[in-house]
Amino acid sequence: MIVMINGTAHEVIDGTTVAQAVSTLTAATTGVAVAVNDEVVTRSAWETTALSDSDRVEVLTAVQGG
Amino acid sequence: MDDLIIAGEKFSSRLIMGTGGAPSLEVLDQALAASGTEMTTVAMRRLDPDARGSVLDLLRRRDIEVLPNTAGCFTAGEAVLTARLAREALGTPWVKLEVIADERTLLPDPIETFDAAERLVADGFVVLPYIGDDPALARRLEQAGCAAVMPLGAPIGSGLGIRNPHNIELIVEAASVPVILDAGIGTASDAALAMELGCDAVLLATAVTRAQRPDLMATAMREAVTAGRLARQAGRIPRRRYAEASSPMTP
Repeated sequence: MIVMINGTAHEVIDGTTVAQAVSTLTAATTGVAVAVNDEVVTRSAWETTALSDSDRVEVLTAVQGG
Repeated sequence: MDDLIIAGEKFSSRLIMGTGGAPSLEVLDQALAASGTEMTTVAMRRLDPDARGSVLDLLRRRDIEVLPNTAGCFTAGEAVLTARLAREALGTPWVKLEVIADERTLLPDPIETFDAAERLVADGFVVLPYIGDDPALARRLEQAGCAAVMPLGAPIGSGLGIRNPHNIELIVEAASVPVILDAGIGTASDAALAMELGCDAVLLATAVTRAQRPDLMATAMREAVTAGRLARQAGRIPRRRYAEASSPMTP
């Protein structure tokens, strides 16, 4: 299936979790937050939340600005 | 100088810094140290795996509290989601709510801002909304449960100073929550004026980060905020049209 991770399409196997999607970008687990289809997925649910085809995963962190 | 208290939390510095516009993390680090700030705002963006260094590490090292903002949001929905992501990533319910109307002026959208503020307050956030210099909107946001209001002096990054000091005074007069002058500061006298008008704090970034010497301007801002606060508390003399002798006129 295809999921979008920070705007880029990724081919992933069925059952891929939020934690696995995050690990394509970073090994960090603090200072990072995830939304799937505009809903926040809390850190404690990353391992148990499986993605579906066409899901939009956004992985955010704090940067300079504002 | 007396403490600033926002939502029950005490700050001995009345200068809140932003992080936008700094040419490097090193320059930002020096400027933040010189400013004496105890709270600094950061934006939330997509994680860049190639990014070097982290503004969060820098703030942690300096023991500066992080105030996430919703810069870049154009709707209440975007701002609420960004605030929730910031709370998740940074572990703080505090948010500088910023909902922009258009990219040319970067002026805050009052309708979207109010909508987002109500939703965030209901969700348990400590909301500090960035707004125009509108006394009526400031009052409504306070009534909606915001922990402070942050009227602009002039558009973001413009350095035009405080374009409507009268409105800032009206906001201060009516407010029971802290008023933080946010945006438009160009140089130290602007920051001092904000405090003389009765603002409780000043938030600025560009004036420092894009100055020729950011660390020196950060020091200037720190002292200007202190001077302005003291002058406000001291109570200035009334303005007069003609001279008033300060010593006896007869020998």
